[in-house]
Amino acid sequence: MATLAELAMQAEQKWPGQVQAWVDRRSPLCELRCPPSEVLPEVVRWVVVDLGYRFAGLIVEQETEAWDLRYLFYSIHGTPGWARLRIRQPLEMRSVPSISPQVHAADWHEREAEDLFGITFEGHPRLGDFVLHDDLWQEEVAPMRRDFDERIAIVERNPDLKWRPRRIVKDPGAFAMPVGPIYSGVTESALFLLETVGEDVIRAFPRLFYKYRAIEKIAEGRKVEECLLLAERFAATTAFAHALAFSQAIETICRVKVPPRAQTLRVLAAELERFRHHVGVIHEICESTGLSVAASQASILEEDLLRVSCDLAGHRYLFGLAIPGGLTRNFTDAACGGAIEAAVLVLRKLHELEDGLRYSSSFLDRLEGVGIISGDEAREFGLVGPIARASGLEGDLRKAQPYAGYQHFAFDAPLEIEGDGFARLRVLLAEAAESVRIMQEVSGRLEAGEVSVPVSPMPGRAFGWVEAPRGAAFHGVHLGGGGIVQRYRVIAPSFVNWHGFHLAAEDFAFQDFPIILATFGLSVAENDR
Amino acid sequence: MSPWVLNGLRRGVITTSYPAHQEAAKGVSPGLPASLVPVTEEAGRVLEALCPTGAISLERGEARVDYRRCIHCFRCCRGTDLPLDWKPGYEWATLTTGGLSAAAWPKAFHKSMHILVVDAGDCGACLNEVKQLSNPYYNIHRLGFFITPTPRKADILLVVGPVTDHMRLPLQAAYDAMPTPKLVMAVGACALSGGVFGPSFVARGGVKDVIPVDVEVPGFPPPPLAILHGLLVATGRKPPAPWQAGTAVAGSTRPSSALAG
Repeated sequence: MATLAELAMQAEQKWPGQVQAWVDRRSPLCELRCPPSEVLPEVVRWVVVDLGYRFAGLIVEQETEAWDLRYLFYSIHGTPGWARLRIRQPLEMRSVPSISPQVHAADWHEREAEDLFGITFEGHPRLGDFVLHDDLWQEEVAPMRRDFDERIAIVERNPDLKWRPRRIVKDPGAFAMPVGPIYSGVTESALFLLETVGEDVIRAFPRLFYKYRAIEKIAEGRKVEECLLLAERFAATTAFAHALAFSQAIETICRVKVPPRAQTLRVLAAELERFRHHVGVIHEICESTGLSVAASQASILEEDLLRVSCDLAGHRYLFGLAIPGGLTRNFTDAACGGAIEAAVLVLRKLHELEDGLRYSSSFLDRLEGVGIISGDEAREFGLVGPIARASGLEGDLRKAQPYAGYQHFAFDAPLEIEGDGFARLRVLLAEAAESVRIMQEVSGRLEAGEVSVPVSPMPGRAFGWVEAPRGAAFHGVHLGGGGIVQRYRVIAPSFVNWHGFHLAAEDFAFQDFPIILATFGLSVAENDR
Repeated sequence: MSPWVLNGLRRGVITTSYPAHQEAAKGVSPGLPASLVPVTEEAGRVLEALCPTGAISLERGEARVDYRRCIHCFRCCRGTDLPLDWKPGYEWATLTTGGLSAAAWPKAFHKSMHILVVDAGDCGACLNEVKQLSNPYYNIHRLGFFITPTPRKADILLVVGPVTDHMRLPLQAAYDAMPTPKLVMAVGACALSGGVFGPSFVARGGVKDVIPVDVEVPGFPPPPLAILHGLLVATGRKPPAPWQAGTAVAGSTRPSSALAG
């Protein structure tokens, strides 16, 4: 693969006078400045199709006099690193060429930007009703704009009762079955519109953002430590991963080097969280198939791990642990050893459970060949995390773009190719085992020393990334003077993967729907932000 | 016999002895900062400044903690040389001053209660803790508590999250669909005070801004035992948290029509 310098040179040669490139060796990142014209989709196509970069996300920012749009791409092979396409245009120009015909993964990013900033993406097939539901919000409301008056939004708004979601299936006898936003048991709020002519789900359309808390907006104008609370708590089942990504972004801006002991302990906490999350998803899968003993056994293990987390870090979901500059708490080597030992014990029980599941035909029948996502579909939608890896799509940021010292650890990123529910379960089980292996390696790598260094905020922009339990997460931060957050952007794995969820749910029977939902293990809170 | 049945039997009984006895296992609760602790003026000001949600206030030489705002950030114990003590425990639920609780209907919920869980913008943690209530460690079924999917059969509405704008109307609809007598339990700091998210232009400052609340369970998230304590308080089977008398609960007055309704 070409180095970043070569990439910069090639881009300038291909589009002379239109694309300007520069390389930031520290990141390492190559920025390509494009004009807001049809050149943009061409460059995107070149970066993704010809060079094999993965689309990470779109960051829109309203500056004093211009729109600043940054499209972030990363290499999954470590080198050469990151590529960033950037366009700037005056605020009066409210339209940008869409890149989703070239990179389908950008589809939802553009819809979100259109809804929240009021920018039109020329050539995008479907804009409107997305983050702000059209039955409650007027289309012209754009809350992420700097001049947005929050007071307008707070007034009691009445729903537009005439509003109906768009229906696609027009066959005779076709009907839509709404599931949500409040539905059975203990579930997160989301609406699924399932269109059918009888038995099979022909079209599944998740209508999300019922839990939109606008953390990107309310973060603006706040201090770093206040923003950290939002980063940590918007999706609390993976709180540590997101707090870590945010902290790493701040550390990059403020040029802070985290002490080695803190790096190693961060790996320990991150893997403990991943293990706990995966066991939780496995519990959901057992529950969805109605295998109650297995579900109980898995839920015991989840509770065990919650208790281990609380015993180690003081909180069952590891709140208040990660901060820019390190960690708030130093664990003794004995405490780490105790937690690792407990995790090994849980893993042993998980293996016993796995053995039982592999021989339960009633369970396997519900998972095998159900909810299939092919490798090509996963690539097209840019899926991330265990779901992508169950469809044979490589990509784990811990290996691709190592952070927090992961490059020193030896571990596997398990891969399956079937892309069905059972493949997703196997990936979760294998990753859980790998997490425990990494935790065991931690105990041999613990150096004595401090776990945090002071951070003095300085202005700048950076992004931090982690392989969260559900997949790649990117947190972009723009700090202004005095350490005040100017723009905070969260690109969460659930947002990316919900985009592709309908692929798995469509063409399967109604009764498979809860099982497919469980094997995805997605968080609505992480998507809605 | 199916191997799963044997498997389950082999595991034995692990259910907590709470509410008959206190649970002593490690890691069941993160605890809460101690309230009404005498502190120096200087330490008190530091604690006030450290608390990001304004839960700590210095009153007459004591650090007072409003548990409805505490979000478990640990800054009052890890961020200063004069830390506030954190107390273990989980019996945190209180009745609101306007709330009815089971006292109004002594027979109605005493033996069994059906719970409708509504996520009104929760971050996932509170909901996950509610989910844990059904695992064998807590097994709320043994106490006559059942989670129901429909508001028509529900006795108590368990709400988590600050109530986002998009969830306001579905929440109201679920509440309206419940038959009387009915109770509302707000679980977690977000549902009590908006937490770190509300009030904002898309979220309220808690459930009480939309529907009347009877039982409040603080915590971020409250551990399963705290939620269980809330259910027991709602049914009149356990007394509320010891600070009930001392904490004035503002802003949750129940309209008289709901009483009749």
